[in-house]
Amino acid sequence: MGAITSMNYAFKRLIQLIPILFGITFLSFLLMYMAGSDAVTEMYSNRGVEVAQEIIDERKAALGLNLSFGEQYINWLWAMLHGDMGVSFVTGENVLKAFLRKLPATLMLTGLSIALTLLISLPCGILAAIRHDRGIDLILRFGSFMGNAMPNFFVAMLLMEFLGIQLGLLPVISSGTDFESALLPTLTLAIAMSAKYMRQVRSAVLEELGKDYVLGAKARGISDSVILWKNVMKAAMLTIMTLLALSIGSLLGGTAIVESIFMWDGVGKLAVDAINMRDYPMIQAYVMWMAIIYVLVNLVADLLYHELDPRIRLGVNGK
Amino acid sequence: MSQSAAPTIRLQNVRKNTLQRKLYFFGALALLLVVASFFSEQLCPYDPYMQDMSLTKAAPSAEHLLGTDRYGRDMLSRVIAGSKTSIFSTLLLVSFITLFGSLIGIICAWMGRKTDTVLMRLSDMFLAFPGLVFALAVAAVLGGGVHNAIFALAAISWPKYARLARSQTLALQAAPFMQAAKMAGSGTFKLIYKHVIPNISGPILVTAVLDIGTMMMELAGLSFLGLGAKPPIPEWGSMMSDTRNLLPTQPWVTLAPGFAIFFSVMIFNLLGDTVRDYLDPKRR
Repeated sequence: MGAITSMNYAFKRLIQLIPILFGITFLSFLLMYMAGSDAVTEMYSNRGVEVAQEIIDERKAALGLNLSFGEQYINWLWAMLHGDMGVSFVTGENVLKAFLRKLPATLMLTGLSIALTLLISLPCGILAAIRHDRGIDLILRFGSFMGNAMPNFFVAMLLMEFLGIQLGLLPVISSGTDFESALLPTLTLAIAMSAKYMRQVRSAVLEELGKDYVLGAKARGISDSVILWKNVMKAAMLTIMTLLALSIGSLLGGTAIVESIFMWDGVGKLAVDAINMRDYPMIQAYVMWMAIIYVLVNLVADLLYHELDPRIRLGVNGK
Repeated sequence: MSQSAAPTIRLQNVRKNTLQRKLYFFGALALLLVVASFFSEQLCPYDPYMQDMSLTKAAPSAEHLLGTDRYGRDMLSRVIAGSKTSIFSTLLLVSFITLFGSLIGIICAWMGRKTDTVLMRLSDMFLAFPGLVFALAVAAVLGGGVHNAIFALAAISWPKYARLARSQTLALQAAPFMQAAKMAGSGTFKLIYKHVIPNISGPILVTAVLDIGTMMMELAGLSFLGLGAKPPIPEWGSMMSDTRNLLPTQPWVTLAPGFAIFFSVMIFNLLGDTVRDYLDPKRR
């Protein structure tokens, strides 16, 4: 019974995804369309050649830029479904291939940042919640407050200055995508994310600690640590995991800035370089795929949430 | 929360007064920041654009408290002048998305049916893009500049307000006093103006004030990537990116605009937290 309802739910969510995916492709296409007529001129000027108007017009016709908006969208969508998102204006390379080649580096950076964020904010958040309003809570809250007011490029500069230059502990500019070069960008992303996330962990645990069953368990003489780890954390973990999935969005956006500061060779840097070169097909591929990854991560988080919470899974009204 | 005894009236008053004092304090601080940025040109000790090639990359001194950059421009003056671009663009952006988003939200709730479905699906489309990613692309297509950066961030941020205003308005519509006002013969305009807007403005205001800091950082981020204000216009994000090569030798030049962002965001965040606590009766 439970399995059937969760299958149904997953199916329903997948159906709901279709209009959103259409929306994503449509907006990505619209962006390109807005840049459209200029893109051909831009392409030739990127290659450093002056060409006659006829050649530009011919080129536009060859790319189908003289068709109506609807026709262009359908053509583009069709090609996209066949894995063809056009070629880079700068290198002439297939943009999807270029994107996929750089994606692992970004995923590695994202994964490491999430791991470090959990490592920092879970213990700190829980500690702040159980020592509510005492010294350690105030210190941690102050730290998270400071972190929240710092843009990630500023954190990056501070880390470069203090860890990289003053102490000389870590390489300032990455020399590849190895572990050592990943440390500073990871730390930058994790600091910004932990500042937000620690607060959320703290309030999730605090809310759970305030519930009546905790008081009941205490009255029955169950030790605080058993209550915390066996009951409170189990219940709070759901909220904590959902919030983590939601914060991946800002993490994905943040990688663009951090990657280009630390010269980390991932899709974020690829996108920033593409923006500077006005390489529109590349920008389009980046925007579309990042949105799709984000939507899928959220879907997985939602399905997990659904699966893990017995109240929802068994159709018992928890609210 | 549930096990603690209800606070006495006296305690409630004490909390309210402390909060009120905090509100005035941070409000005054934020106002001071805005006013100072308005008169930034008068406050600069030097012309922020004036180059002095005999005094490039100078260390902080009595004449130049924050030193000079590689064109010999006084950094303190540039940081002060930068406040105008950074703070004003942010305030403009936040007021725009608040008004536009809330308007869409009220329209959705009021019209219902097709208008609601279409506008809400449209906002879903925008919410499907992670954070800055879409703004990056919009700014890239539009080609940089402060105005385009504001537009790009507005494009991704309005749906939050639309959803908030929509849900608040929907909740209000069921309220008995709304039915009463309707029966008393109030028209749509009067209902929205007299009853809906005053009742939904609290939560929207809190969200807006809390958003100022985030938006300031994102706008600076776009400028940092060269998609916002362009040099030589002083703007904190672009100043940091412009001077980042100086970090190993003259860190103060690179870090000064960063601290300016940090303190401004902190002031607005503190104000936002206080406004939220002040308007939330549970926290008093």
